[in-house]
Amino acid sequence: MNELQTILADSVNGLLAERVTKNLIQSAEDGVWPEALWSELEANGLTRVLAPEAQGGAGGTWADAAIVLKAAGRHVAPLPLAEAVLAHWLLAEAGIAAPDGVLTVMEGDFTLSAGRLSGTARRVPWGRQAAHGVALVGGNLVLASLDGASVAPDINVAREPRDTLTLKAVAAQSAPVALPENALRLYGALVRACQMAGALDYLAAQTVAYANERTQFGKPIGKFQAIQQQLAVLATQAAATGIAADHACAQAARRKNDAAFEIAVAKIRADDASSIATSIAHQVHGAIGFTYEHGLHFATRRLWSWRAEFGAGAEWAESLGRETIARGADALWPYVTAR
Amino acid sequence: MMQAFRFDLCELPDETRGLRADVRAFLAEELAKVPAVTRAQTWSGSDPEFSRKMGAKGWIAMTWPKKYGGHEKSAFDRYVVLEELLAAGAPVGAHWIGDRQSGPLLMRFGTEEQRQKILPRVAKGECYFCIGMSEPDSGSDLAATRTRADKVDGGYKVNGTKLWTSGAHTAHYMIGLFRTHLDPQNKHAGLTQFLVDLKTTGGITIRPIRDLAGKAHFNEVVFQDAFVPDDMLVGTEGGGWNQVTAELAFERSGPERYLSSFILMVEMIRELEKRGGAEGAREIGRLVAHLVTLRQMSLSVAGMLDKGENPALEASVVKDLGAIFEQDMPVRAHELLGIEPTVGAGSDYEQVLGYLTQTTPSFSLRGGTREILRGIIARGLGLR
Repeated sequence: MNELQTILADSVNGLLAERVTKNLIQSAEDGVWPEALWSELEANGLTRVLAPEAQGGAGGTWADAAIVLKAAGRHVAPLPLAEAVLAHWLLAEAGIAAPDGVLTVMEGDFTLSAGRLSGTARRVPWGRQAAHGVALVGGNLVLASLDGASVAPDINVAREPRDTLTLKAVAAQSAPVALPENALRLYGALVRACQMAGALDYLAAQTVAYANERTQFGKPIGKFQAIQQQLAVLATQAAATGIAADHACAQAARRKNDAAFEIAVAKIRADDASSIATSIAHQVHGAIGFTYEHGLHFATRRLWSWRAEFGAGAEWAESLGRETIARGADALWPYVTAR
Repeated sequence: MMQAFRFDLCELPDETRGLRADVRAFLAEELAKVPAVTRAQTWSGSDPEFSRKMGAKGWIAMTWPKKYGGHEKSAFDRYVVLEELLAAGAPVGAHWIGDRQSGPLLMRFGTEEQRQKILPRVAKGECYFCIGMSEPDSGSDLAATRTRADKVDGGYKVNGTKLWTSGAHTAHYMIGLFRTHLDPQNKHAGLTQFLVDLKTTGGITIRPIRDLAGKAHFNEVVFQDAFVPDDMLVGTEGGGWNQVTAELAFERSGPERYLSSFILMVEMIRELEKRGGAEGAREIGRLVAHLVTLRQMSLSVAGMLDKGENPALEASVVKDLGAIFEQDMPVRAHELLGIEPTVGAGSDYEQVLGYLTQTTPSFSLRGGTREILRGIIARGLGLR
């Protein structure tokens, strides 16, 4: 990290550590929108880390965004910070001015006609809360007002809103965007991979801390080799996810139209790591970690949701594998080393 | 928040591209007629003629000073050469240990005379090393070393047995860890490293041990009143433990810790080119994701080495994750394709699978067992 990135990391982690309390997460899970925190994140420019300075953004790179996104995951911030970062980036890429208010991204079957967007989008993060939604329709980026959208509320396993939105000819701005056709799913996978890396870092640190506190048989359970070996695995999985996410962000910063390989790698790696790490974290925590009262599940339930969102590891692995096989056995090494 | 270890992204400099192309072209020609099952041995395969060619190319001792026969290249140049050799399955075993750890050890702790005498020959690919650490009663518990080096006039008299010594039957020298002093209260003290000339020293018997696949890579080395002169002591008497710890960071940090089954991955893809299907694609995609991530972690360690930092902890992380990846490969191949592994006959795929199915158990033993590595990681996490 360069000096500015260190400052960014300190500031976003400091802010979220202070604001994202257990009470805040619990009330968000009960359906209360954390308005004050959202306003603070906006005021600090964190939702616009990737938007250019001319559009009121921080003019950051994907490496800078990774810091914000990992922090969002580490502190399990219960609001669409990652989605807003992504939406602002997409808008900037299309040259569409970003509106004020809560912003989310929508994957769905849409038709765009005469400045009006119609269609249905399922499992839209915080769809009920968002004033605007960003979608990709063909090669066009679309910014739609969600004022007239009908909302069927739903949640994911982490009890984050994942709503079905039905849009009937709502007002929309659109502009062609020079990004891959699946850019929303692809970069959605990237922001999730970064959040997962942050959440896994938290799981490792929290589980190590717990093992050093919890005493059984007269000593902290972290002194038992059986536990130490498990914690080593947990920490290595978190580390692998972190560098895979950084690698994908570095490629996105360099060549945004040629980062699908690295993003698929990052999402697959994060998915695999999550399955191993959540299992170890719960095993070490024992029964207390299985209670709602203890906060461990705020991270584990998010990992169980996020690993399947914007394409599960299996989905990205299939496309990565098909491309690899199509290039041929002897092309594997040259390809990997040329990236 | 406590950060136990750090993996910063590290990009290979653009200047390494030409070198990579040169190495790749050289290997394409050298290995054109070498069967896949032979290439699957990678750094366990040994070929002195190949090693001499590597030396002539300047691809051994790449980062060493010129006065010791080195080429004063960057750690990244060296990394590129290493990963190309491993991915192609080049028979690098003869010179590998001298290049990777014994040479650097001598550079750090050896006498000027030792360096002058030995390092230029290592650089030429003519002088090979083995590592005398493990013993019958000292495996993971290295400080339990019992082989004794007793002071006598002009040198030391060595008695004891080293075990699982890879390459001792072809090596010119062993870097042996012997006990020069016994303090029952502090068994880490009193250990000393020696250069042992395996070709001329009397009182040394080297017996190859057949492994379960029928190959003879490792050996039992018995010392019976073997005389090692004073000037063959490496570093300081009694400083062996610290020197070995430094050496193990080199031993655990390279790309050989995740590429040992790479040839099988290539052959799996070749099979799937014929078969197609979603299941195979998903499996390959997962393996690619793990391969690419391990490479980034390994590069990160190389970057730390280049900056003169000590990546001992990070190297343990890569080796642990790398061994899982390498060992998983024949399992994935079996579950996916269900083709019988063969020995001595059969397709490239069948033979490579036959070789690696039998060999992979050693991947989490050699160079530090999985449990020892995880213990090191746990210490890094503040648990011990």
